[in-house]
Amino acid sequence: MATSASATLSKAVKQQYMELSQGDKVQAMYIWIDGTGEGLRCKTRTLDFEPKSIEDLPEWNFDGSSTYQCEGSNSDMYLIPAAMFRDPFRKDPNKLVLCEVLKYNRKPAETNLRLTCSKVMTMVEDQHPWFGMEQEYTILGTDGHPFGWPSNGFPGPQGPYYCGVGADKAYGRDIVEAHYRACLYAGVDICGTNAEVMPAQWEFQVGPCEGINMGDHLWVARFILHRVCEDFGVVASFDPKPITGNWNGAGCHTNFSTKEMREEGGLKAIEDSIEKLGKRHSYHIRSYDPKGGLDNARRLTGHHETSNINEFSAGVANRGASIRIPRNVGQEKKGYFEDRRPSANCDPYSVTEALIRTCLLNEEGDEPTDY
Amino acid sequence: MATSASSKLNKAVKQQYMNLPQGDKAQAMYIWIDGSGEGLRCKTRTLDSEPKTIEDLPEWNFDGSSTYQSEGSNSDMFLIPAAMFRDPFRKDPNKLVLCEVLKYNRKPAETNLRQTCKQIMSMVENNHPWFGMEQEYTLLSTDGHPFGWPSNGFPGPQGPYYCGVGADKAYGRDIVEAHYRACLYAGVDICGTNAEVMPAQWEFQVGPCEGINMGDHLWVARFILHRVCEDFGVVVSFDPKPISGNWNGAGCHTNFSTKEMREDGGLKIIEESIERLAKRHRYHIRAYDPKGGLDNARRLTGHHETSSIDEFSAGVANRGASIRIPRSVGQDKKGYFEDRRPSANCDPYIVTEALVRTCLLKEEGEEPTDHSK
Repeated sequence: MATSASATLSKAVKQQYMELSQGDKVQAMYIWIDGTGEGLRCKTRTLDFEPKSIEDLPEWNFDGSSTYQCEGSNSDMYLIPAAMFRDPFRKDPNKLVLCEVLKYNRKPAETNLRLTCSKVMTMVEDQHPWFGMEQEYTILGTDGHPFGWPSNGFPGPQGPYYCGVGADKAYGRDIVEAHYRACLYAGVDICGTNAEVMPAQWEFQVGPCEGINMGDHLWVARFILHRVCEDFGVVASFDPKPITGNWNGAGCHTNFSTKEMREEGGLKAIEDSIEKLGKRHSYHIRSYDPKGGLDNARRLTGHHETSNINEFSAGVANRGASIRIPRNVGQEKKGYFEDRRPSANCDPYSVTEALIRTCLLNEEGDEPTDY
Repeated sequence: MATSASSKLNKAVKQQYMNLPQGDKAQAMYIWIDGSGEGLRCKTRTLDSEPKTIEDLPEWNFDGSSTYQSEGSNSDMFLIPAAMFRDPFRKDPNKLVLCEVLKYNRKPAETNLRQTCKQIMSMVENNHPWFGMEQEYTLLSTDGHPFGWPSNGFPGPQGPYYCGVGADKAYGRDIVEAHYRACLYAGVDICGTNAEVMPAQWEFQVGPCEGINMGDHLWVARFILHRVCEDFGVVVSFDPKPISGNWNGAGCHTNFSTKEMREDGGLKIIEESIERLAKRHRYHIRAYDPKGGLDNARRLTGHHETSSIDEFSAGVANRGASIRIPRSVGQDKKGYFEDRRPSANCDPYIVTEALVRTCLLKEEGEEPTDHSK
């Protein structure tokens, strides 16, 4: 069984240590996105007080030459605290601190997509943009094979697994349950979970979040998932097509609305947005995975409830389209729409920013406007 | 999975015994450094009441012929309590007591480097020397192979592990978490942790500590780590190059500052100190591991974010140099500097002493000055 060696260490022993009092000291775990744009890194520092808000947390730095982010000869990079959550692993008063990364010259690191996202979100504050992202993922053993699958083979074909129950249908529910509770404790806006179409594949949803919070909450939810899986001795993969062939890929469907769309007659604003999106397909595809579309090319085939990467399409209740308008939204003539194109390993800052730029700032063409 | 037999003993059974009240009695675990200069030893005595300060703890002794420290015919050695901490294993009111070792004639044992360090530190009290040491270490299974590595092979190459998260990136985090909490409870000034570049390698930082406290806190933090690993059934190694080839070594980068360096314009003092260090490279190399430089020779190659052992270099934000000035210090023109040369198995007493001798007492040449004359 391919769970990690760490998972065999005695948790009872660990628990005894974790119950020791820590006096006034507080542990703050700083989290950041590394040079791949997908990987998360973390390190911890002791504080002499419990931080009450993000302003209480000092700047820090790290060795960017060890995270694919710079050369060894000039490797200091800055960590700027951006969002703080309760720590579900070390518990109160300890904190998780999501950070932005700056280069040595204080400019944003290449994979720091939060800085621009934050600026764009500020520009459209009055429209109250809400997002909900449906994060799909696959659980793997440490051997890289999906968790629970026969070690040198495949389970029965897809069909019985989606929202399934039973040991022959649901692989790894413990991880899902633990992750859900950990997110609730931490203060992440997790709004649901379900088993997905491929066995060992699951989904959780985060939202509704306004503006920059979407990216913050989703990245922290991902970090919590990695840590929970680490504790169980398995691995979470956000690869968009982990198994080739007749097996579903993993996406991050993004639901979007503005105040206008949510109000009476909002369907018109929704349809206007979809028209704008229809004219900017390749800009969005470039924003919807960390490799400018190459990752999604393995997933968006037009099969397995995806649209084809080369074509833009939209429709009510259509899961084979790029954009799906939920049926009830079509009926009530207001609500939100779902962009089904983002890959499971997308950067939510980049995704939410692209939607704002095209739908609210009315940008056109292949490049984002420099404000 | 090569964890120890002890780790499989029933911890629930143990917990029942540990819950028994102990009345007024207190257990004091005396800890000392053995003849290797790296190994730690410990034994416990019962006291009739909880000691409140170090002065409440009596002197003791032990059999030095069993710790590579003396001959059997004249083996009594003295344990002199030096620093007291809360015991995170037995919990309050029990104590951990770090001790100095004296020979039968009450002179310091060969590996008692604390006594001289303390004298040197008292000479420069007014400079308020602060230290922060970054202790790297590797977790091994009882078979000697790094913990979590495939039993007859190697993991994927370095890159994803530094500060990593996930079962395929971080090997043995439970130990790190337990150690952090145990140190906080004990009163050790642990200020952070992170996963290191090689899988199963980790780092914790202790500081800022003034003067003699640096050595005391780091030795106790190491003892706590050994005990935590023992409880989990794995082994901690402070060897500076546990796996040869394209795998990082383990160091103990030492950050240093004085009151003057921390104040406005302190960068000038930092640069003067670095100039003095440059002229005394071999003396420091001899002081920075327990084998006079032989251990570090396996680690300081000029690769894997180390400087070469034969050359002294310094630079801002340069991790390939002997001394690194953090970028923020270069900008603020004050602060501290980082000596990246000490080995993971260094004795912090002699490392901190060497820095004070060269930078504050302005010593020169290959030998330390005898200030008792």
